[in-house]
Amino acid sequence: MPDKVIVRHLRASFNKVEALHDVSLNFAENRVTAIIGPSGCGKSTLVRCINRMHEVVPGASCTGDVILDGENIYAPAVDPVQVRRRIGMVFQKPTPFPTMSIEDNVAAGLKLNGIALARADRDRLVEQSLRRAALWEEVKDRLGRPGASLSGGQQQRLCVARALAVEPEVLLMDEPCSALDPISTARIEELLLELKATYTIIIVTHNMQQAARCSDFTAFMYAGDLIEFGETKQIFTNPTKRETEDYITGRFG
Amino acid sequence: MENSQPQHTNRQYEEELRGLRAGLLKMGGLAERQIAEAIDSLVNRNTGQARETIERDVEVNRMDTEMDERCIRLLALHQPAASDLRFITTGLKITTDLERIGDNAVNICERAIELNQEPQLKPYIDIPRMAEIAQTMVKDSLDAFMRDDTTLAEEVIDRDDEVDQLNYQIYRELLSYMAEDPQTIPRATRILFVSKYLERIADHATNIAEMVVYMVKGRTIRHMEKKKA
Repeated sequence: MPDKVIVRHLRASFNKVEALHDVSLNFAENRVTAIIGPSGCGKSTLVRCINRMHEVVPGASCTGDVILDGENIYAPAVDPVQVRRRIGMVFQKPTPFPTMSIEDNVAAGLKLNGIALARADRDRLVEQSLRRAALWEEVKDRLGRPGASLSGGQQQRLCVARALAVEPEVLLMDEPCSALDPISTARIEELLLELKATYTIIIVTHNMQQAARCSDFTAFMYAGDLIEFGETKQIFTNPTKRETEDYITGRFG
Repeated sequence: MENSQPQHTNRQYEEELRGLRAGLLKMGGLAERQIAEAIDSLVNRNTGQARETIERDVEVNRMDTEMDERCIRLLALHQPAASDLRFITTGLKITTDLERIGDNAVNICERAIELNQEPQLKPYIDIPRMAEIAQTMVKDSLDAFMRDDTTLAEEVIDRDDEVDQLNYQIYRELLSYMAEDPQTIPRATRILFVSKYLERIADHATNIAEMVVYMVKGRTIRHMEKKKA
C-alpha cells in the first residue's frame, strides 16, 4: 500500500514547551494505524497536527512536514479548512449537536463547508453516511429526532457518519471508544474494518487490546518520542524496543 | 530476559507468571525422574520399581492439566503480550512435551516388566548411554527455559543427532540377533521399542529447546534445516 500521510520531523509545542520531538512516520493508505502510549506521550497532539487542529489551541505551534498525497498540508497556500475536510476527525466523547436532528447532524459538516445540496442529494448522502457508519438500520425511522436521543454508542457512530458525510480521505479517531460499553466498542471496531476499504484510518487508543484487534500497524509513543513503529502483529508478539515491551506487557513505572 | 525485566505493575499477574514458571520446572523435574527410574528398572531388572514409576505417571498427568489451566487462565484474564505471551504459549507447548515424556517413561516400564519375565538377551550398554543423553537433553532444555539461554537450547537441538545415531546402531545390532536366532525376536523387538521411546524423549527435549529459542528471540526455528538456528 502506498503511504497516504507522511509525517516528517514533526515538532509540536504548547507555550514553547515541546510535546512532540522530531517525529517521523508514514501512514499506509487503506490501513488502520493505531497510536498507543501512556497519557501525555503526545499521541493526541500528533493526530491533531495531522489535520491542523493543533494550531487552533492558543499558544500551540508546530514545525515539520505533514504530507498528504504528496502535498505538504503546512505549505503557506494551503487552507486548513480544506485540510480538515479531507482529514476528518472523531473525538473521545460523542459530540453530536444535541438539539439538532439526526439527519441535520450528519449534514452539519456540509453546511459548515458551504456545500449546498438539493434535497434529494442531501438525503442520499445522509443515508449513505449513516449506512457506512453502521447506524442506518437503527435510526432510519427517526431521522428527525434529536441527536441526543441516541445511546452513547449510537451517538459515536453518528459522529462517524458526520465525519464521513464530507467525504474525507483520512479518518482520525482520538479514543473513539473510551466512553462506550463493550458492545458499542465492538461495533466501532467492526466498523473500522469496513471503513478501511475506503479510508485511511489513524486511531489513538489507550486500550492496547483494541489496537491489537483492529489495527494493521501500531506506533508506540513515549514522552513525545516515537519509540517503535511496525506491523501490529510484530509489535504485540515481538517488539524490538525495551520500552515497547515494558509498556505492552504492563511493566510500566 | 524475564529475570532482568522490571516487575509487572499488576502484582497478581506477576505472581501468576512466577507460579507457572515454578510449576513447569517442578513438572520437568518429575519427568526427568520418571525417565531415570524407568531406565533403572530396565537395567536392574526391577519390576517393582517399574510398577511404581507407572503409578507415578498420574502425577505428571495431573500437573499437565494444572499447567494448562494456569496458561489458559493467564491468557483469558490478562491478555498477555510480547515476551509474556511468548512465555505462556511456550508453557502450553512444553507441558504437552513433558506429559509425553512421562508417557514414554511409562512405555519403557511396560517393556521392562515384559523383558524381566525372560532371561536377559544381552547386557544393556547402548540403552543406558542413550538414556543418559536423552535425560540430559531434557534437563538442559528446561535449564535453557529457566535461564532464557538460547545457546544451551541450540546445544540440545544439536545433540538430537547423537540419539538418532544410537537408535540406529541399536536397531542394527538387534537385527543381527534376530537374524541369527528367531527366538530372540520377542525380546529384541521390546528393546527396539525402548530405544524408540528414548529417541522420542530426545525429540520432545528438542521441541522444548526450539520453543525456548522462540520464547527468547520471537523467531520460529522449528521445521527448518538444522544448523541454521
